[in-house]
Amino acid sequence: MEHKQPLFRIAKRGDISKGRALMIRAAAILLALCTGGLIVMALGHNPMAVYADMARGALGTHTGLRETVKLTVPLLGAAVAIAPAFKMKFWNIGAEGQILVGAIAATYFGLYQVHLPQTALLVAMFLAAAVAGGVWGLIPAAFKAKWGTNETLFTLMLNYIALGMEQYLQNGPWKDPKGTGFPIIAMFAKNARLPKVLGVHVGWIIVLVFMVAMFVYLRYSKQGYEIAVVGESERTARYAGMNVPHIIMRTMFLSGAISGITGFLVAAGADYTLNANTAGGTGFTAITVAWLAGLNPIIMLFIAFFLAILEKGSNTIQTSFKIPASAAEVLTGIILFFMLGCEFFIRYRVIIRGKGESGHEH
Amino acid sequence: MSINFMGMLMAAVLAGAPLLFGVLGEILTEKSGNLNLGVEGMMFMGGVAGLAGSFYYEQSAADPSAVVSALLAMGCAFLCAAFGAFIYSVLTITLRANQNVTGLALTIFGTGFGNFFGEAIGNSTASHYMAVGDVTKAVFNSGIPVLRDLPVVGQLLFSYNFMVYLALAVAGVMAWFFSRTRAGLNLHAVGESPATADAAGINVTRYKYLSTCLGGGICGLGGLYVVMNSASGVGGVWVYNCMNGKGWIAVALVIFATWSPARALLGSLVFGALSIMRFYVPLGIPAQIYDIFPYIATVMVLIAVSLRKKRENQPPESLGLAYFREER
Amino acid sequence: MEPSNAIELKDITKTFGEVVANDKISLTVRRGEILSLLGENGSGKTTLMNMLSGIYFPDSGQIFVGGKEVTIRSPRDAYELGIGMIHQHFKLVDVLTAAENIILGLPGKGPLDRKAIATEISRISRKYGFEIDPNRKIYEMAVSEKQTVEIVKVLYRGADILILDEPTAVLTPQETEKLFSVLRNMKADGKAIIIITHKLHEVMEVSDRVAVLRKGAYIGTVDTDQTDPLKLTEMMVGRSVSLNIDRPEPKEPVDRLRVEDLTCVNDEGVTVLDHVSFTARGGEILGVAGIAGSGQKELCEAVAGLQPVTGHIRYFPSEDGTAASAEGIELVGRDPMAIRQLGISLAFVPEDRLGMGLVAGMGMTDNMMLRSYRRGHPFLADRKPPRELAETIIRELEVVTPDVSTPVRRLSGGNVQKVLVGREIASGPSVLMAAYPVRGLDINSSYIIYHLLNKQKQRGVAVLYVGEDLDVLLELCDRILVLCGGKVSGVADGRTATKEQIGLMMTRTDAEGRNGHGA
Repeated sequence: MEHKQPLFRIAKRGDISKGRALMIRAAAILLALCTGGLIVMALGHNPMAVYADMARGALGTHTGLRETVKLTVPLLGAAVAIAPAFKMKFWNIGAEGQILVGAIAATYFGLYQVHLPQTALLVAMFLAAAVAGGVWGLIPAAFKAKWGTNETLFTLMLNYIALGMEQYLQNGPWKDPKGTGFPIIAMFAKNARLPKVLGVHVGWIIVLVFMVAMFVYLRYSKQGYEIAVVGESERTARYAGMNVPHIIMRTMFLSGAISGITGFLVAAGADYTLNANTAGGTGFTAITVAWLAGLNPIIMLFIAFFLAILEKGSNTIQTSFKIPASAAEVLTGIILFFMLGCEFFIRYRVIIRGKGESGHEH
Repeated sequence: MSINFMGMLMAAVLAGAPLLFGVLGEILTEKSGNLNLGVEGMMFMGGVAGLAGSFYYEQSAADPSAVVSALLAMGCAFLCAAFGAFIYSVLTITLRANQNVTGLALTIFGTGFGNFFGEAIGNSTASHYMAVGDVTKAVFNSGIPVLRDLPVVGQLLFSYNFMVYLALAVAGVMAWFFSRTRAGLNLHAVGESPATADAAGINVTRYKYLSTCLGGGICGLGGLYVVMNSASGVGGVWVYNCMNGKGWIAVALVIFATWSPARALLGSLVFGALSIMRFYVPLGIPAQIYDIFPYIATVMVLIAVSLRKKRENQPPESLGLAYFREER
Repeated sequence: MEPSNAIELKDITKTFGEVVANDKISLTVRRGEILSLLGENGSGKTTLMNMLSGIYFPDSGQIFVGGKEVTIRSPRDAYELGIGMIHQHFKLVDVLTAAENIILGLPGKGPLDRKAIATEISRISRKYGFEIDPNRKIYEMAVSEKQTVEIVKVLYRGADILILDEPTAVLTPQETEKLFSVLRNMKADGKAIIIITHKLHEVMEVSDRVAVLRKGAYIGTVDTDQTDPLKLTEMMVGRSVSLNIDRPEPKEPVDRLRVEDLTCVNDEGVTVLDHVSFTARGGEILGVAGIAGSGQKELCEAVAGLQPVTGHIRYFPSEDGTAASAEGIELVGRDPMAIRQLGISLAFVPEDRLGMGLVAGMGMTDNMMLRSYRRGHPFLADRKPPRELAETIIRELEVVTPDVSTPVRRLSGGNVQKVLVGREIASGPSVLMAAYPVRGLDINSSYIIYHLLNKQKQRGVAVLYVGEDLDVLLELCDRILVLCGGKVSGVADGRTATKEQIGLMMTRTDAEGRNGHGA
């Protein structure tokens, strides 16, 4: 009976215990780190030493830790922003652009309305960023709601349009007149900068508030319920009397607004200026953060923090080992691959021939 | 206002060719129902691997041959990008991960991969740049001997580097494959309705893997082109973040081309022209505004495609969805 | 083993999670015969056949083809063994032509020779009596044409064992006759044919032998000429059931909905409802009959406010028995929210239960609040009342589910339907529309649904029952509205009309049909 069954068969799992799922995920991260270690070894370094140095750089000192938290803020902010859109199965990959237009709007106030008292100015920047980001999210949503225009590519294109706008402002109207050489935008005045709490700009508290609020919003609010229904089935939503276009637009405005505020936090809290790197890929990475967290905002905190450690750590090993800082992206990519892959083993069982129904579970 | 049309057309061809590789690779991929957003990443992987192939060959050979160097570069670029697509395939086809997220992860990974190895290999040299010599550079930047010297048509038709013609050939072969072969028909069915294809005895998994990996390899050739060709700046040397969004434009162009290789030719030319327009058509607007024209154009196309719902122009029906035979 | 056995199954078992779909089933099919595989919905017929066609793989058991044990891992394996299956949901690629669909997946060297393919297709068509245009795209075809393409596709591949899954479900009686004559031609040609069905009269008409499954178990095989519908029913349901469905006399029916000149054009520009007019009365069950796709879906959705239409749907409230006005309340142009804000409670059990009526990935609690979540706190959703409603429905309708938060996708078809009907009835409607509410349900669940509908009727609700089984329509409904191609071909009296009359009306809309068979 050698040809009795195919070698592998796949069957859906019933419920899997939380502990087991966690173990599978931990194993995936471990495997990813091993794979990354192989690359490090190929470059002629000791992976353990490199990883240890990364951890030390990101967590070992107060300065390092503050830097890591500072990197976590935009990742978490953007991931929280993406959550409602993805819950609705609206593939918003435009967080990058929404962050940028938010930062642009905030920068306008930060450069030209500095006569305002600090609190008023910061509130104005916050609101401007929210509205700008929200509108940037609303545009593709309106087309999607009305004509079913593909939102994935639309939001993507808006990223580049936002970047073009920023470049234009930086090279033209907003160029620092005092700057020489490469055109840059001037640093914000003191009262346009976010105050620090425990050594890191207050943005970390704001994103934590957003995180909790989003958790409550998605899980316990009526609007969160509507988002979930639209995401599962638009037909059901219409059947239930929901105004689907309205919900799509409302949700994307919210998503874009939070991204925009994230841009404001980066510009006014971390960089004190606006440049082409204000978003710097955060919007893309945040999508993977949100997805790996299963769109649960609380879990996003841990994943965002972890990726921030990688990023900060990579800066450290660049100086100490001369390993290019792009190692952060390579490692992030590898970890994402393994994490995405391991979900399969949480949802399905693989039955290997000859081991029977109760057989090998991987 | 006088415009150098011929110069502009030729520059547009040169700027459009890498996009053409990207869009053709992605069309092949999407025909199987896989939406791979990792084109940018695969172009980075192909670009750095191809450059490294030529670089190491030149280092080791006493008297490097241009042909060997070019072939090595293309082989490395194709294989490395195909490997990126293979990772994507394993995750989305076999392990059923979300295609959008996996594609983004591939872009993050590939971008890092390109910059990481580009810099790491550069660091190991005296000049701190990974750069190839004139022999290799010449082959990626010169036209067809003899023919290019013909009057008028020589410049217009035969002055491009061989990869331009290769891209045209790939487009031709793909068009023939889709419309005239059984395998092309089967692939069409896989992308439209994998369950139907499966029931008809087509090996859905194999088709998806093959077209995604081949498509990835073709994207990688586009990456190689960007690295080697000097039309948009320096050629034959690794420049940090050199793809600069070209992979994403290619993804958008697939929509513009409505999944047809023939229209991909037109689309690449138009987008190539838009990207170099500021050097040829002075409109008195800032350079940065020119730069966003291609993106605005894509948005227009997106909206137009969604407005006129012609059956044949729609995306493959199963695009973006994982297929599981025993799903229940 | 006799060589005349085309297929022999031995002890085939297949489970999905905890559900045993097939439990040690053994079965033989001979060459040159038509075997009916009979069983209620959910008895495991399709699952069993899917293992022959390579869609599923059995957990245990053996399959013999032509006396040799075989392993069928994929549809390709099945084709190579000469087994071809025509699925209930056609497996055709819409944007391709008939010819392209037919040759899909076939091996062959070199470029496509479309001419040779077309010639071969017409040869097969002539042999068995089909009509087919090889160059037509599937999305332009009617259902019966698509089925023809499916059958030719299987024959083109040289199949000599054909499996047809519920082939008549989408056909008119006339088309069914045509199909049966084709099947008889193929049988005479020595092919082995298996028809999956639950329609007894078809079994009696076309098959040589009948194999019966019940709840995943094999009950037995009998020669058709040795049996009769009653015996088969007994085998199928396990006990003799009274086929009589309750039909209480309507008590003082009042006009509740008056539909006039309702016309609906769909996205593709096809007129799916063409000047439809009728009246639905409170205290009555109005049946809606018609072959699949005659406008039933659009009709229900139009009343529910989900379809853009022209014409009139007038609603007459009857709180105190007096009509509010002679004009009634116009529903056309109002969306579901607007209708609800008028205080009109329309309940709608759509055909697509998990894709429209319920949220498949949510638990019962969250599904209970689908229509009522707007109540209460302005911002937060209150999950207490829906949870209580869920628990009530579980108790009263005997829903089998681990708990109220288990995604309804995981429940069986009958339980899903109880959840949906339970919720709709709980809203205390004045109009209840139910589209194919017993499709896929076992007999017991079906009777529970009939009972619930009758109770609503006695409460004075205007019930619209869209059905496909004419026997049920004729036993349950007071009046039957027959649709054909989006037009009303007549309204029949459920107590006096015959099946043949309704069947005829389903296929013609001319004035003669209306006068001849209307009530």
